[in-house]
Amino acid sequence: MKKTAIQSGSPFRVTGEMTGVLLLALFIVVVLPLGLDTFRLNMVGKYLTYAFVALGLVLCWGSAGILSLGQGIFFGLGGYCMAMFLKLEASSPEATKIQSTPGIPDFMDWNQLTALPWFWEPFHSLTFSVVAVVAVPALLAFVVGLAMFKRRVGGVYFAIITQAFAAILTILIVGQQGYTGGINGITDLRTLKGWDIRTDEAKLVLYFVNAALLIGCILLCLYVRHSKLGRILVALRDKEDRVRFSGYDVANFKIFVFCFAAALSAVGGAMFTLQVGFMSPSFVGIVPSIEMVIYCAVGGRLSLLGAVYGTLLVNWAKTLLSESFPELWLFAMGALFIGVVMVFPNGLAGLYQQHLAPHLKRALSRGRPGVAAPAATIIPPHTAAD
Amino acid sequence: MANPTDYLLAVEGLTVSFDGFKAVNDLSFYVDANEIHVIIGPNGAGKTTVLDLICGRTRASGGSIKFRNKELTAMKEHQIVKAGVGRKFQNPSIYDDLTVFENLEISFPRGRTVFGALAFKRDAEVRDRVAEIAEMIFLSDHLDQRAEYLSHGQKQWLEIGMLLIQDPELLMLDEPVAGMSVNERKKTAELLNRIIQNRSVLVIEHDMKFVEDIAHRVTVLHQGKILSEGSMERVKNDPKVVEVYLGH
Repeated sequence: MKKTAIQSGSPFRVTGEMTGVLLLALFIVVVLPLGLDTFRLNMVGKYLTYAFVALGLVLCWGSAGILSLGQGIFFGLGGYCMAMFLKLEASSPEATKIQSTPGIPDFMDWNQLTALPWFWEPFHSLTFSVVAVVAVPALLAFVVGLAMFKRRVGGVYFAIITQAFAAILTILIVGQQGYTGGINGITDLRTLKGWDIRTDEAKLVLYFVNAALLIGCILLCLYVRHSKLGRILVALRDKEDRVRFSGYDVANFKIFVFCFAAALSAVGGAMFTLQVGFMSPSFVGIVPSIEMVIYCAVGGRLSLLGAVYGTLLVNWAKTLLSESFPELWLFAMGALFIGVVMVFPNGLAGLYQQHLAPHLKRALSRGRPGVAAPAATIIPPHTAAD
Repeated sequence: MANPTDYLLAVEGLTVSFDGFKAVNDLSFYVDANEIHVIIGPNGAGKTTVLDLICGRTRASGGSIKFRNKELTAMKEHQIVKAGVGRKFQNPSIYDDLTVFENLEISFPRGRTVFGALAFKRDAEVRDRVAEIAEMIFLSDHLDQRAEYLSHGQKQWLEIGMLLIQDPELLMLDEPVAGMSVNERKKTAELLNRIIQNRSVLVIEHDMKFVEDIAHRVTVLHQGKILSEGSMERVKNDPKVVEVYLGH
């Protein structure tokens, strides 16, 4: 029997993907830092934190077909876990000695709290906080996933429920001002273990940490997608019953991918807090959650790299537009979403795959006479480009 | 009569009602080891519902289904599969976005948990087994093709192949030759005759010629109840069956 590309783990596609990751890494780590000033670079760093959410959505929505309109929940929770640690460090008794209760965060003092609430206590530890950044959102996703997927709630109903959760969490954070900082969020974050995160130098370092984490997460996502689990996700998007009657407990796979996406979003949230210096409920609710879905859709919900580029592009356009025509941005966003749905459902990655990739491949294989032109095999837009 | 527990599959007093309508009403039948049992009957007789009940897709309102003395009515779908029951759907139910190879691989009975699937390795055992099954279902040359691009008949074969790779003790097929060309039908009969060795098969089929070719025993369903049961010869000459089903 002939051994073909797919059966041996598809070396061609894997090299193609690795080239893509490498190009993205070059773009983020070399091109952007060389081309932008610190202010703009910090802004790109902020955009890239949303890319973590978009990556999660590619797996959860693109691969498995589970649309979550509440990824802001996890982004926010990750960010809040980080912010709680930084806030406690910024609230040392010396720094807060003018308060009526020194040693607690300022907003607690303003809200007449006289002691640190119990759930704030463990956030004195950096290790605990870093673990919590991933564990708290993943745990919440697990509970929500367990309740929904075991009961076979899916599709639009699931999307609506995630949206409801996003609304609930926002209301909770805003309402419990004394414990959460309320509508303003947790602000005035200063140092990480004594290292001032507000300086230009720190911002540069954090940008690179963020970039490295993003590349790491992309590689992790690639691993998941290329495992059998990745193919099962695609299979259950198509024919859930067939997967179930092939001996799989479908709900467990959905719970896994939902938790995985939540954990990725949370890493983004924590990096957001570090780079931007605060976290507030405006990144948790329905509107930011839907915006994050748009980033993913524009880039291409089936393509990991596409989602990253999509996030960068939409945010760059947002900044540009709202700097010159602030009132136009919302309309542009709406138009963009309609455009994606109607004209290019597979996003930028789909466009690239349909129009650019065939030419590229032809040009490449012309240079190598020994290689049989792989362009001959039809690679449909929505499986490739990841 | 033998003790029911000797049967591979024992369905007794099975009833299911949808809003008061009894789609299956106090149904009992048995499938022996290595038996090919065909269920026939007019549209709406409850044939597909019976398969749905056995594989856990529909929950019974009453009665019992015992597979090797294990009660299936209380088990979840994936547990029933693991117990050794495989089910083919009426319309080819395959994964369009995956290749033929990947379709078969997913059905390979290993790494069925989340972390098992993450750690799953495509080793020689998997590749050989997929190749073996692909040969059997006439798809050896299509392994790298996306399943979407297969013909209707090839899709039916692929789904049969996905069941074979699970190696179930009881194979349930819902109209395996429906919508096939004459040529494909012949090949399918040949395929089924080959794969039914060493396992029991429960088939729903309308094609009488096909039923005659393969059936050891035939159950005729009508309005959720058994109208007649026995060899094809006997059933064919049963005046009740002639009246409601075979007719004219």
